[in-house]
Order: sequence, then C-alpha cells, then structure tokens
Amino acid sequence: MGTTASQLSKESLSEYQELTFLTKQEILLAHKRFTELLEKHEKDQIDARVPMGKIITLPELKSNPFKERICRVFSTSEQKDGSLTFEDFLDLLSAFSDSATLEIKSHYAFRIFDFDDDGTLDCADLEKLVNCLTGETNDAKLSSTEMKQLISNILEESDIDKDGTVNLSEFQHVISRSPDFVSSFKIVL
Amino acid sequence: MVEKFFQDHERKMPRDSLITSENDSEQDAGLSLQEEHESKTHRTKRRDGDRQKKKRRNERRKGGTRAGEGEEDLQAVSEKRERSKRKRAKSKQETSRRENNEEEEAQLTGGKGTKARKDIRNEKTRRMEKEEVREVEENVDKGKKKQGSTKKGEKKEDGGKQLVKGKAREVKKKKHKKAETSSEPETSEEDDDEEEDNDKDVVRLECLSPEELEKLKEAVDERKKLIQSLRGKPWAMKKKLVTLRESQEFVEKYEGALGKGKGRKLYAYKVLMTKKWMKFQRDFENFKTACIPWEMKIKEIESHFGSSVASYFLFLRWMYGINMILFGLTFGLVMVPEALMGRPYGSMPRKTVPRAEEASAMDFAVLWDFGGYAQYSVLFYGYYNNQRTVGWLKFRMPLSYFLVGVGTVAYSYMVVIRTMARNANESGVGDDNSFNFSWKMFTSWDYLIGNAETADNKFASITTSFKEAILEEQESHKDDNIHLTRFLRVLANFLVLCCLAGSGYLIYFVVRRSQKFALDGLENHTWWERNEVNMVMSLLGMFCPMLFDVISTLENYHPRVALQWQLGRIFALFLGNLYTFIIALMDEINLKRKEEKIVKFNITTWEASLYNGTVSENSTASPVTIHPADVPRGPCWETMVGQEFVRLIISDTMTTYITLLIGDFLRAVLVRFLNYCWCWDLEAGFPSYSEFDVSGNVLGLIFNQGMIWMGSFYAPCLPALNVIRLHVSMYLQCWAVMCCNVPQERVFKASGSNNFYMAMLLVILFLSTLPAIYTIVSIPPSFDCGPFSGKNRMFDVIHETLESDFPPWFSKVFSYASNPGLVLPFILLMVLAIYYLQSTSKSYREANVELKKKLQMQNEENKRKNKRAALKAQMDLEEARMTAQEQQRNNNASVQDQENDTDIHGSGQRPYQEKYGCNPPPPVGGRGRQMPSSRDPGSRTYNRGNHGPSGYLPGFARQSEPRMYRVPSLQRH
Repeated sequence: MGTTASQLSKESLSEYQELTFLTKQEILLAHKRFTELLEKHEKDQIDARVPMGKIITLPELKSNPFKERICRVFSTSEQKDGSLTFEDFLDLLSAFSDSATLEIKSHYAFRIFDFDDDGTLDCADLEKLVNCLTGETNDAKLSSTEMKQLISNILEESDIDKDGTVNLSEFQHVISRSPDFVSSFKIVL
Repeated sequence: MVEKFFQDHERKMPRDSLITSENDSEQDAGLSLQEEHESKTHRTKRRDGDRQKKKRRNERRKGGTRAGEGEEDLQAVSEKRERSKRKRAKSKQETSRRENNEEEEAQLTGGKGTKARKDIRNEKTRRMEKEEVREVEENVDKGKKKQGSTKKGEKKEDGGKQLVKGKAREVKKKKHKKAETSSEPETSEEDDDEEEDNDKDVVRLECLSPEELEKLKEAVDERKKLIQSLRGKPWAMKKKLVTLRESQEFVEKYEGALGKGKGRKLYAYKVLMTKKWMKFQRDFENFKTACIPWEMKIKEIESHFGSSVASYFLFLRWMYGINMILFGLTFGLVMVPEALMGRPYGSMPRKTVPRAEEASAMDFAVLWDFGGYAQYSVLFYGYYNNQRTVGWLKFRMPLSYFLVGVGTVAYSYMVVIRTMARNANESGVGDDNSFNFSWKMFTSWDYLIGNAETADNKFASITTSFKEAILEEQESHKDDNIHLTRFLRVLANFLVLCCLAGSGYLIYFVVRRSQKFALDGLENHTWWERNEVNMVMSLLGMFCPMLFDVISTLENYHPRVALQWQLGRIFALFLGNLYTFIIALMDEINLKRKEEKIVKFNITTWEASLYNGTVSENSTASPVTIHPADVPRGPCWETMVGQEFVRLIISDTMTTYITLLIGDFLRAVLVRFLNYCWCWDLEAGFPSYSEFDVSGNVLGLIFNQGMIWMGSFYAPCLPALNVIRLHVSMYLQCWAVMCCNVPQERVFKASGSNNFYMAMLLVILFLSTLPAIYTIVSIPPSFDCGPFSGKNRMFDVIHETLESDFPPWFSKVFSYASNPGLVLPFILLMVLAIYYLQSTSKSYREANVELKKKLQMQNEENKRKNKRAALKAQMDLEEARMTAQEQQRNNNASVQDQENDTDIHGSGQRPYQEKYGCNPPPPVGGRGRQMPSSRDPGSRTYNRGNHGPSGYLPGFARQSEPRMYRVPSLQRH
C-alpha cells in the first residue's frame, strides 16, 4: 500500500486525500493518533489492526453510545471483532467529517443503527436504538408501553411501504429532511 | 520501452492496414519476421500482444459488415488466446472451456469487438458499483497476485464459498454482459503485462475513427468522474484504493495517447493543466482550512459541549469576519487617508484640543472617556475636514466618508440576508413535522459529544424528549387547571412588562440626569455620576434576564417554548434600552443644536470684534493669527453621539468580561475549593458550576453589533474597537468555557435556531440603521466640524460630486432618474416583482405538498399491489407444490429454471440479500422444491404475472409475508 506505519508516504497521502473527505492535516493527525494506539512491534506493519477495546477508549468515542457499532461497521476484519486498520479508521473519520455528503453519512448511520446487520431496521433494532439513546441507567429507561408506542409511532412515520421495518431508502428519505443530521453526525479528532 | 513499441507499431501500421486479415498465420509470420530485428527480450509477449491486437482489428473490420462471417475466425482467435492464457495460468480445463464459450458468446453479442470492449470498460465501473460489490472485493484480494487464471477459475478453486459460486453461476446464466465485465478485465489487464497493454492500446488508438475516439474520450471522462466521486462511496478503503488506481492507470494510459492527431499537444497541455489545477486546488483547500482561525479551539469545544455551544463560537467567528471587513473599509478608506493626507493635528480649530481642556487632555481618566486628545483625533467624526480633496491623490474625503458609511450598512445587509438564505436552503423544506419521532430517534444523538457529563445530560434530555413526545401523542392538550396556568401566565407577562417599563424609565431618567451633569461640567462629579448611563444599561442587561428567568418558571411552558419567550423578552429589553438611549440622545442632540446656534451667533460677534480690533490697531497689518485652540467652536453633536456609543461599547465589554471572571471563574474556583470544607455538596447542590448560556451570549453579541452599526457613522473607530473586543472575547470565552463551565442541562440543537439568530440580527440591523439614517437625512450637520460642515445636509456631498466631478450630462441623467415620476414607478415595479415572486414560491410550496401526497398515495398503492402479488405468489407456490407432488419427476427441470431466474433477480440488486441467498439452488432438480426460501415465490410472480387459483395454507402465508414483500420494495428503489 505504500504506507509505512511510522510515516505516510506522499503518494498514499494524496490518495487518501482523494478518497476521503479529510484534509491533509486531518489525515496526518489521524495517523498520529492511530499509531499511538498501536503496540510497538506493530508500528512497522502496514495492516496492523487496533482492537475495538482500544479504539473505543478514544476520548472522541468514549461517551458515544454507538461506539461499538461504529467500530463494527467500519471494521474490515474477517473475525468480525470490530478491530480497525488505519484505512478503516480513515473511512470512519471521513464519513464523520465535516464535508462528507448526506448520502454517505446516512448510509453509515443506517448501518450503525442496524444492530443485527440484516439490512433493515426492525423492531428489535429500534428498541436497541432507543435503549442506546436513553442511556444505561434504569430510571431513564422507558417503560415497555412507552417503548411500544414510540416504535409504532416511528414506524408509522418512516415505514413508507408498511412492511414493519425501515429499510435504507426509507431511512435516507427521513434523514434527508432532517435539518440537523449533518451537523450532528460528526466526529472530530 | 514504450516508445520503442510505439515506433515499432507505427512502422508496422501501414502494412497492417493493407493486409486483409483473413489469414492469421501469414500475418503472424510477417510480424514475427519484423520483430526479429527488434529486441528479443519481449518477444513472446509481443507476439501475444500482436495476436490479440490483430484479432481485435479483425473484429473491428468485420464487426460492422461481416459479423456473421467472422464467427469462425473469432472462435479460432479466442481459442488461441485461451491457449496462451492456459500456458501461463495452468488453470483448470473445465473453467477455461467455459470461459471460452462465454467469450464467444460475448464477442458474438458484442458484434463490434473493440467498441464492445470499450463499452465494457465504461460499464465495468458502473456495474462494479451497482452489482458486483463482492466480485470487486475478490479482485482486491487476488488481483495483485497476477495468477493469470481467470476469475471463474479462482472462484472454482475456493469452492468453499458457496455464495460466490452461486453468484458466479447466476452471472453466467443470466447476464452475458455481466460475464464480460467480470472476465474481460481479467484477461486484458491482468494477464498481460503492462507494456503489452500499452502498445496494443496505442495501436488501437491510431486507427480509431473519430467517433470511436470520442467514445474513448467519454470513457476517460467517465473514469475521471469516477475518481472524483469515489470519496462519496460507502466502500471500504481497500476497494476504493484499487478502483482509484485502476481508473487512474486507465486515464493516464489513454489520456497520453488520446490526442494523436492535430489537437494532441493542446490536449496534452490541457490534461497537464487540469492535473496541476486539481493539485493546486487541493493544496489550496488544505491551506484554506489551515487558515481558518480558531478552528481547533472550536472543534475542541464542540467535542466537549456539543454543537450548540460551538454554534455560539461559530457565530462569534462569523461576526468577527464581518467586523474585520467593516474595519478594513473604515480604516482603509477613511481613517488612514485623513491621518496621512489630511491637514495635521493642530492646524485648525476642529483638530485641536481647546484651550480650556488642554490641561487635562492627557489624563487617563479623560482619555478613558474618549475625551481630550482622543476626542480630537481621527477616531471621531468631528476631526475630519470638509476640504473636498486631500493629498496628492485628490482623495475625495467627504464623499468617501459618506460612501463608507452607507457601504458598511449595505454590506451588512447583504451578508446577513445571504447567510439567511443559505441557511434556509440547507434546512430544505424546513418545518416539516411529519417525521417528528423518527428525527428524534435517528438524529438526536450528537456524535461530537466527547464528554461523559455532556453525554449524561444528552441521555437525560433525549429521554425526556421521548417521554414528552409520547405524552403529547397520547393525550393532546389535557390541562388539569387551565385557569390557574392562564392566570399565572398573564401575571408573568404583566411582571415582565413592568420590568421592561421600569428599565426604560430608569435609563431615560439616568440619561436626563447625565445631561444635567454635563451642563454643570463633568469634572465636578464622581466617576459613578459620569458613567451612570452606561453602567445602568449594562447592569440592567445583566440582571433583568435573570429576573425574567425566575418569572418564566411561573408560566410552566415547555422548555423550548420557554426558551423562545425568554429570548423574546431579553430582546425586547435590550431593544427598549437601546431605543430609550437613542431617544435620550436625540434630546441631547437638540440641546446641542440650540447651543450651537448661540455659539454661531457669538462667533460672528467675536469675529466682528476681532476684525474691529485689528482694524483699530493697524489697518495694513497682516491678518491676525489666532492659535486654533483659542477659537471658539460649536459643540459638534456628531462627535458627542460617537463618544456616547464608544463609551457604551467599552462599558458593555467591561461588564461582559467582569461577569465572566466573577460569575464563572470565581464561582468555579470557590465551588471547587470550598467544597472540601462545606456542609453540603457545592458541586452538585446549590451554587454548582455555571452553564454556558448560549442564547444570552448570542443576544449580547447581536446587540453589540447593532450598536456598532448605529454608531460607526459618527465614530469610525467603532469597528476597530469591536474587532479587538471580539478577538479578546474569543480567547477569554473559549478559556472560560473549557475551564469553568458545565454543559447545559437543556441541550438544544443549534442549527435549528440558527436562522432565528440571523433573523434577530436582521431586525437589529434594520432598527439600528433607522436612527442613523434619520440623523443623516434630517439633521443638518454641525457648522464647524466633520467632513460635511458647511453643507445643509450630509447627503449633499453626492450632489456636489455629481456636479463637479462628473460631466454635466451625467448629473442631468441622475436628476432625471431621481425624479419622483421615475422613482415611484420603479418602486411599484419592485413591489410587484416581490409580490410575484412570493406568490410563485407559495404555489411551489403547494405543489410540493401535492407531490408529497401523491408520492404517499403511490407508495400505498405499490404496497397494496405488492401484498397482492405476494399473496398470489403464495397460492402459486402451493399450486406448484401440489402439481409437483402429483407428477414427481417430470416437472423438476422447469421449476428449477424458474428458481434460478428468481435467484438472479433477488440478489443481483441487493447487497444484503446475499445473506439469505447464500445457498444457491443445487444442480439436482429434486432439491429445488425442498428449499425453504420464501423469497422465491415473491419474485417469481414478478417475473411472470400470475393468475392465482385458490387454496393456499394460511399458516405458511403468515410466516413468510414480511420477507416476501420486502423484495419488491427494494427493487423499486
């Protein structure tokens, strides 16, 4: 790939610029942050992976309720353990960057919310999503009737073809109307 | 190397084109003879390449006219090629055989070999995006190895992956084109060496017809587009990288060779320049982001406190930018020319400190009040001279002063309105309440939050918002004691009105009192008495919002509504204060003008006496030189107004900073350190840490800006002061937020209220330009100070310029144009245009709503259709089952065919479907029936519209329903 762990080559840097929504400085910063997470002996490897446990300790992700989902979505690891290579990491940052398009953001948002990876948001996904959003504490949890009401309301609104689930295009349709999705779906290093 | 080949082929070219290409071997021999004179290193490869190229030429020639005739030939060629491939690859016989067949098919269907090939290249990329996600990933893994085996072979080899196999089969069975795309790049780009690739391309290019060239160009352009859009694709980086490299290679390869003919140099130059330009653009983009001030600071705050707090700082930065431009205008066009080219200090009365004030003119207290030397400086209106031109540049000073004053206001209007329009665009359709719950669900998390505390607050606020929404949904408007609430709300509003009236009266009173003090002479009074007005205004601005906050708890509004009320009240308070201040100032202006009249009269008598005196002493003596400090002068109300505004700004800034230090910093320090030895928990309990008050701060900023706009005509230094203020407060507030504030409990979204702030800014801008324009238009300027002295009105400077600096016809035209007879129709026209535009936008909106309705109807219709189709499919399946049971063996083959078809249909369009579709129909027909896949019937009906007899099992239908109509819904999109 032309990447050495300690330093990005010029070509790969420009390729990364071409392929992501990040600027040069941001890529370099990302690289710095990423190599800090690596073990010493891994620093020379090109495709070194950082396990999910380490990624989610990043202050930017630490308090995010979707941190594990984010790692899993962007991971290309074959064991499905959510570990990230540097390129995965760049993908993540690019999707969450300021200048990323609504389309790509909503695509990844959908995949993040799709907890069981089956390509649709069904009731179980939505319930998990609500639980993520309301936090871990018990008193904040919604009661089961509230949950039911909420989910049925959501499906009422966004499930256009009434199949009981929200699919990607429906999701994108909903998201594209939202005034503040793009501004809040951001992670900055 | 490449050049060599290039020459080689150019030499060969004429010969090649002469030979009719029926006889392959003959040509081969001829070529190889020639080749022997060349270098021998790449011989085999080149021969291979020649063969291919020849073959392609054959195809091309035959393609148009003799497609059928060339069939045998083609077969032979493809076999030959296959053989060579086999030599290198040693792939399995069976796969290559299949491949062979496929290629024949492909070439036959393609007709024109080359064109097809090019089209394939075009379409390859498109297809890859759409359908062949998996295959490309395979490419990524295996492409680099250059095994030379065909793709199918590879797939065969790792037969463990059923999925891929199934896919491959689908591809073969159904879509020839698809097959081409997957096999062709493999054979042409990866099997052959790059040089070879190059040289055949070159050859091909040379004998391309113009339209083919055009097509190639299109292909290149498409690749370029692909490269540009690549970053917007939700692919893994590896795949993007490979695609990027491939496309870049392609583009480079063809771009260099494209313009072989006349326009070649131009084309190459163009390509080079676009490359350079792209690089420059990227660098410039990087540079630009590096240049944006405080970007990192704001991002840090954003990641700690979420986007709402950050929005304040973004607003602050935006304001800073605007003020920089205003400052540049006034500084560059007014202050600097006057300071450099105007008459120096002390040359005339208006530019000198009067004798009476000379003693204290350098005292700090006086300077702090912008009296003394500061008053008689370039900072204020009164210092400017009314000479028409200054310096050797003949700079029109008064004109410039006037135009800059108008320009700052015009520029501000433009910027604010443009920003508002952009914001409105971004928010799109805007207040669309149809996705209330979904938005709460999908977009309420602020991913920027990187602080545990903020996250907790956010969790809490999301939970409450959910609960509220549910409650609202469940029982819309069921107030338990409506009378009490109503009474409380009325009471609250009454109290607020009292507050407003009281503050207004207080300010009026204070201003009046300060006028009395001013008449007495400032030096007899204490510091408080001198600065009473500003202090009272600042204190009111500080404490009234708190009072409002307390009052608003009475009302029991929803937090969002409460926030809006609060904002509205603070707005009213500030506005009231400002306008009381202005009215008081107007009074003062009138007083000054009366004073001015007296002074004017006195001066004439004084001059007369002076004249008389000189005459009596010595009739022929040179005119008396009186030191300008001794000349009596008018009060110059413009400077007074400017001074008032500057003082207001200064005291406002000071109070802001001091509240920041005391209210935030000191409180935080106390809470932090007293907490160790206190009876209750200070951090969690009563005083706690302060929150960052976004709305209050934004309002403060807006009003500050309003004062700048109002005052900057009379005090050109105001924008400069404001720039300094904003600069300092950026750092100070960033620091204060990071070190001693806690995130807000009531976290609200920033972008939603963005245009709200902008609208307020616009209102303020309008309201602040009103008094300024009033004074400019209706009050005659002072007779002895300022750039417009001696004129009847300030805007007379325009007339003067028109008359003396422009040719006479121009002023004639201008006077015609400004004739009411022309102006009124023009205004009427504008009003009509506005009305027209408004009504069109209204009708557009209506059409939008209509379309939305239609869409919904359509969706429902589709849904119903799908449901019906699914049901029919169910029946069908049942029927098929029955018949299958009856005539066991006979029907197997046909059923299987159908199912294969449907397989392609399902997973070709849908990436996720692969999860379900991972077990392909086995080759033995018998098992097709046993498959539990519920997808098949649904899509089968899609392929052949069925007429369904009755009799299905209801239980089965319910089981598979949800999945069934999911397929069509996806295909629709």
